[in-house]
Amino acid sequence: MSAVVAEHDGHHDHSHDDHDHGPAKGWLRWIITTNHKDIGTLYLVFALAMFFVGGTMALVIRAELFEPGLQFVEPQFFNSMTTMHALVMVFGAVMPGFVGLANWMVPMMIGAPDMALPRMNNMSFWLLVAGVLLLASTLFMEGGAPASGWTLYPPLVLQTGKALPFAVFSVHLLGVSSIMGAINIIATIFNMRAPGMTLMKMPLFVWTWLITAFLLIAVMPVFAGAVTMLLTDRFFDTSFFNAAGGGDPVLYQHIFWFFGHPEVYIMILPTFGVASTIIPTFARKPLFGYSSMVYATAGIAFLSFIVWAHHMFTVGMPMAGELYFMYATMLIAIPTAVKIFNWTATMWKGSMTFETPMLFSIAFVALFTIGGFTGLMMAIAPSDFQYHDTYFIVAHFHYTLVPASIFMLMAAGYYWLPKWTGHMYNEKIGQLHFWLSAVSVNILFFPQHFLGLAGMPRRIPDYAVQFADWNMISSIGGFMFGFSQLLFLYIVVNTIKGGTGEKVTDEVWEDAHKHSLEWTLPSPPPYHSFTTPPTNIPTEHF
Amino acid sequence: MNDDVDSKNAKLVRRLVIIVVAMFGFGFALVPIYDVLCDITGLNGKVGSSAAKETVYPIDKSREMTVEFMTSLNETTPMVFRSETAKLKVHPGEYYRVNFYAENATDKTMIAQAIPSISPGLAAEFFKKTECFCFTEQTFKPRESKTMPVRFVIDPKLPPEYKTITLAYTFFDKTEKTHKN
Repeated sequence: MSAVVAEHDGHHDHSHDDHDHGPAKGWLRWIITTNHKDIGTLYLVFALAMFFVGGTMALVIRAELFEPGLQFVEPQFFNSMTTMHALVMVFGAVMPGFVGLANWMVPMMIGAPDMALPRMNNMSFWLLVAGVLLLASTLFMEGGAPASGWTLYPPLVLQTGKALPFAVFSVHLLGVSSIMGAINIIATIFNMRAPGMTLMKMPLFVWTWLITAFLLIAVMPVFAGAVTMLLTDRFFDTSFFNAAGGGDPVLYQHIFWFFGHPEVYIMILPTFGVASTIIPTFARKPLFGYSSMVYATAGIAFLSFIVWAHHMFTVGMPMAGELYFMYATMLIAIPTAVKIFNWTATMWKGSMTFETPMLFSIAFVALFTIGGFTGLMMAIAPSDFQYHDTYFIVAHFHYTLVPASIFMLMAAGYYWLPKWTGHMYNEKIGQLHFWLSAVSVNILFFPQHFLGLAGMPRRIPDYAVQFADWNMISSIGGFMFGFSQLLFLYIVVNTIKGGTGEKVTDEVWEDAHKHSLEWTLPSPPPYHSFTTPPTNIPTEHF
Repeated sequence: MNDDVDSKNAKLVRRLVIIVVAMFGFGFALVPIYDVLCDITGLNGKVGSSAAKETVYPIDKSREMTVEFMTSLNETTPMVFRSETAKLKVHPGEYYRVNFYAENATDKTMIAQAIPSISPGLAAEFFKKTECFCFTEQTFKPRESKTMPVRFVIDPKLPPEYKTITLAYTFFDKTEKTHKN
């Protein structure tokens, strides 16, 4: 905690910003705002709310799976829960969480006064809210919410009741929202950087978001196209995926995963960016291998476009296809390993301290590696026939999403909350939250590897008694993890209200201003920051 | 924000929107691309919906392989549908005939179409059907049952590593769709 010094050390040369007009008065501020900090806050609050909504759905699933047999919910509703949990977490929590961070941090990190297209920024947030509300409304429709998994495979998804068109339009809205957000981020990074902030001087978080934004504009339209085809197959007698009319349901899987694989990297690349920001601060060293990190990120993004059919090894591809997708997938391990080694090298011989953001980051490096290795196992086509559609894949992608994306979103919260609010969070409760989360996330997901290897299929409400023990342990972990997150909610609210009462300095963390520009601003930063471009671009990486 | 940045932004946004529109189109372009690729490579085991030409092949008595017959119904198609033969030992080049039994389980006239699929997919082009109930839509009167033949031959050019070929039919109820049009 040495980074938090009690006295305010006179970085007040930025206070000339304060004469600008502040936020609009009253609650309407949050509806009409075009300020990147306000919109960032809206995104983050929305993401946190959806995290609890999606988490509640996950607890319905884990409660039903606590014991074999049907206890609490109907199988149809259970399948709606797996589908909605995934869609809410992906499109409502993780993606908006990172967009919120981008809104707050990208302009401050590159020395820009705001996002390039502030009105569009407001619109993309409110379209997101509309999209998620539309999605949530399907829960109350005749025939229930979509229950065919987040992949929405036909022909099963075409049997959805009244909800299908609403789910499709919801995907359209979410797509438009994230495409607009992505365009905004690209325009901001390309056109709004302070003089001297060259591309290769940008903090890695900005780099990862630039690449993520390109992934978004490349693949969200493809997904929008795929769900549009579902819609016309159902209502307008087309036969894109209907074999009776000359179509092919497997075609949907190709289109979906052409979107879907880049989509999973859309959720992980900003995660890498946050880790590359936090680890150097608490290791008190520059990030090891900055340029290799940039190239590795770009490499991962490129590879994400050419590996999609590894999600479909069991559909009956010919040998050549299986081999190509197997080798191409394994290639991804190389740039990913570059990143893992660079983070480790950054910590090597660093003067490390273990504040909450750093604890989450270290856990991320360790646990994401587990998720990466199980990914490699499934990349091997012949083994994948054993793992496909079992709990093994569930364990795999939850290891890459929960202790990775979710952990780093929380780490980012702990790391930047003092900057955003000007108040210090409660470090003791933060560390308690970390330890409870880190332990319970493993109790929750590690046993699912065993269940999968033993052959338990995913997306089922009931199972053979041989799977009972590990499911019970997994459910206990699930409830521990879920309720531990209430601590995070408490800490966030508490910090906004004043936190520990400790005054935080501009740089909050020791020497943080050497890493990135936002720490040269006051805490909290003025409503309009960098109205004149900064000249003190951090050069620590070079 | 000055005009210079504004015009740079506008230009960049235009370009990015073009990418978005192009990628939306690309999603739809994948449909014909997929069909062409499958046609060329035979990836998905789709077989032609028209009869193969009656050709006389040399019969390879030294080689014996298995052809399996599978039947299934799409979604809730109200039919009884089975093959009278589960599997058959065949010699490449020789013609065989198997019968399939289908029955309309409703009291209404039904129009149905059977869609064939061959596994492994790459063997599909060597599996020639000269006669099949799957070439056209089938109309069933209420409760009507039919015994429908398939006549086929395996091209002796089929690579020797194939020992078993599975022919699967799925019946689709097209009554509603046909009435709509």
